[in-house]
Amino acid sequence: MIPELGHFALILAFAVAIVQGTVPLLGAARGDLRLMALARTAALTQAFLIALAFVALTEAYVTSDFSVANVVANSHSAKPLLYKISGVWGNHEGSMMLWVLILSVFGAAVAIFGANLPDTLRSRVLSVQALIGVGFLAFILFTSNPFLRLSPAPPDGNGLNPVLQDPGLAFHPPLLYLGYVGFSVTYSFAIAALLEGRVDAAWARWVRPWTLAAWCFLTLGITLGSWWSYYILGWGGFWFWDPVENASLMPWLVGTALLHSAIVVEKRDALKSWTVLLAILAFSLSLLGTFLVRSGVLTSVHAFANDPARGLFILAFLVVVIGGGLALYAWRAPSLQPGGLFQPISREGALVLNNLLLCTLAATVLLGTLYPLFLDLVSGDKVSVGPPFFNATFVPICAPLFAALCAAPFLGWKRAEVWPALVRLRAAFAVAVVGAIATGYLIDHRATLAAAAFGFGLWLIVGSLLECAERLKLFAAPWAETKRRLRATPRASFGMTIAHTALGFVVLGAVATAAWNTELIRTFKIGDTAAFAGWQITLAKVEPVAGPNYEAERATLVVTDAGTPYTTLTPERRLFLVQRREVSETSIHTNLLRDLYATLGEGDAQKGWTVRLYYNPLAPWIWLGAALCALGGFVSLSDRRLRVGAPKRLLGPRASRPAHSLREGGPGGPRSQKT
Amino acid sequence: MKTNRLLFLLPLLMLAILAGFFGWSLLAGRDPQSIGSPLVGRAAPHLAAPSLREGQPPLDDALLHTGKPVLVNFFASWCAPCLAEHPLMSRLAQREGVTIIGVAWKNKPDEARAWLARLGDPFKAVGYDLEGRMALDWGLSGVPETFLIDGQGIVRLHVRAPIGEQDLDRLLPLLKAGLGSGS
Repeated sequence: MIPELGHFALILAFAVAIVQGTVPLLGAARGDLRLMALARTAALTQAFLIALAFVALTEAYVTSDFSVANVVANSHSAKPLLYKISGVWGNHEGSMMLWVLILSVFGAAVAIFGANLPDTLRSRVLSVQALIGVGFLAFILFTSNPFLRLSPAPPDGNGLNPVLQDPGLAFHPPLLYLGYVGFSVTYSFAIAALLEGRVDAAWARWVRPWTLAAWCFLTLGITLGSWWSYYILGWGGFWFWDPVENASLMPWLVGTALLHSAIVVEKRDALKSWTVLLAILAFSLSLLGTFLVRSGVLTSVHAFANDPARGLFILAFLVVVIGGGLALYAWRAPSLQPGGLFQPISREGALVLNNLLLCTLAATVLLGTLYPLFLDLVSGDKVSVGPPFFNATFVPICAPLFAALCAAPFLGWKRAEVWPALVRLRAAFAVAVVGAIATGYLIDHRATLAAAAFGFGLWLIVGSLLECAERLKLFAAPWAETKRRLRATPRASFGMTIAHTALGFVVLGAVATAAWNTELIRTFKIGDTAAFAGWQITLAKVEPVAGPNYEAERATLVVTDAGTPYTTLTPERRLFLVQRREVSETSIHTNLLRDLYATLGEGDAQKGWTVRLYYNPLAPWIWLGAALCALGGFVSLSDRRLRVGAPKRLLGPRASRPAHSLREGGPGGPRSQKT
Repeated sequence: MKTNRLLFLLPLLMLAILAGFFGWSLLAGRDPQSIGSPLVGRAAPHLAAPSLREGQPPLDDALLHTGKPVLVNFFASWCAPCLAEHPLMSRLAQREGVTIIGVAWKNKPDEARAWLARLGDPFKAVGYDLEGRMALDWGLSGVPETFLIDGQGIVRLHVRAPIGEQDLDRLLPLLKAGLGSGS
């Protein structure tokens, strides 16, 4: 009964989405307020119905209703509750449900928080959002229905892929989808702006919080995925340039570019058509990621059941959404009025450079990811593009990006000079050079590139902090003055400092882990001792352990430092009983400056067990830094200026002037009802 | 500002190219898992392995140049998928009259012999490649793998998987066609 209710709710949501996707558009074109008012109600109704369907599916999972085919395929009665719930989105059909749920919730959020948007813009945004929803709901209903029944119902299910039974992965997809789908709002705003034929500072202010929110969630989602692959897959690395990892990185890179170019639109009314293009591309790349994962055109560790029919459906949808957006762009964007002029050396110029480099990075990743596909089709040759390609292309492009990153905030708008900015950064430069030479000399004099990259990390941290200190006149002025400035500085500015500094920490962590890690793989019998990274590591015992739905072998490795006990590591090998699959559970001891990492391989008491040990310096900084980066985004999001209700288009007598000539829409003044 | 309107069409053009490739990939039924084989269309590598059957001459290239197409099947007694494809190999040899040459790969001769004695020996000639030296020339990535070599000694197919019923559609026409022209 409940699955049928969910199914019907989903069908109703589909119908509501069709109405929401057409009527308000018509209303906006005709200036009919009643038709436009429908958008808000429809958006809320659609979100409610999809939430109902999602709850129905979750209920089937939680109660282990094995008459539902999707539950049978992906769940098992002996699974812990957390994984019964996360199992809902741990498969193709359920993850599409999560996708449309988030899509409709974002739509509802625009309806609720967008009260201050002009009516036409709001109804157009909601309509475009609904049209995206129509595509995905049709996809679910016609090709991937999660509510299909199975008769007779089997006594138990097949269980969830053991690798996915992990707290890190329970939250990885929702966060990632919040990011991917968050860009749909940006896309809808871009399409609505093209339909309206105007992009101005107020538009940029409305778009920025949504972009920021999506970007923060995407950052967290990618971070969680990377962390999970680090401690679950047991390969000791944190990024593998897997096609699906790349698929999440591309929208992140373009989204980062968008965040920065939207600032230029907001402050200087320039780069308008470029920003609209980025807004379309960020969501396009999110959709491309979905297509790559689910169509089976590329191989990846992220295995969803591949089905060419689904692939064709998503491809057609992709062509309609992206193609429609880009066609509208080609048609309307040339008529967007260009705004403020600026010199190449200026804050705007620096942000353009940032955009160019970030987009080059995204293009590099796109090329590397799809090259095997192109080559295979054109010439039949099989290649795989892996870390060597990306290390040779991606990393060098990061260097100018990082170098310019610290200088840009010191440049003024419109026209600036480089030299004064560099002079003010001399301390950061000194720290970076000394740091690079010192690490190169002390740790490994052959790894020159690693040392240089380490210097870049220091440059980012010190340079960003210097900018913040200068803004606050820290130590340069009396404390009272600094306190006054602290209060006066917008939070977005602190958000920037946090995010840029955090990037420096990510760089340091990544460089140190990749260049200076040490690794030991050897066979241990009970009582064997090995010297590793300055410790003595002894295999004390290996014992069987029983989990809720697995049996494990747990090794106890005693780590001593010159005779005194330091810590114990307890890596496991878990055999999941339903799937008969083994998964290794790594054991990591961290002190936030380095990880001591152990995984247990196969073995027995006679031959001994294979144990892998890694010493990863600064590894925790990668994920802490990335999380801090997202935190910077959230701090920026909490800025008063971006808060709901703050941005308003300029009013009064000037409101009759063409929108593109308006400068920042300042707070205050009555709202204009422009149609 | 005078901007070239064509510039604004560029993103759409890029999308068209990408979508074209994706559509092609989906419709061509391409298998991204396959790693392909550079040997297809070229002369078969040398066949040189001691015979698994005591007292018989070692495998050599003459076996591949009989004017009739042959299958070269790499197997091992420790490999479960090889067990799975074994009945089909026997059927091909007995009912379809296909010439199959077997090579036991990284397999102790005694164990391979016992395996064939237990299950039946579908091979016209069978050798062993204990250290996998010869298999290097053949570009083997594991077992079972099967090569179809035509009457002129050219590799026509390289199947990096157990042979199943679904493979017969492409194997049999090649085997029969070769027979027709060869005899």
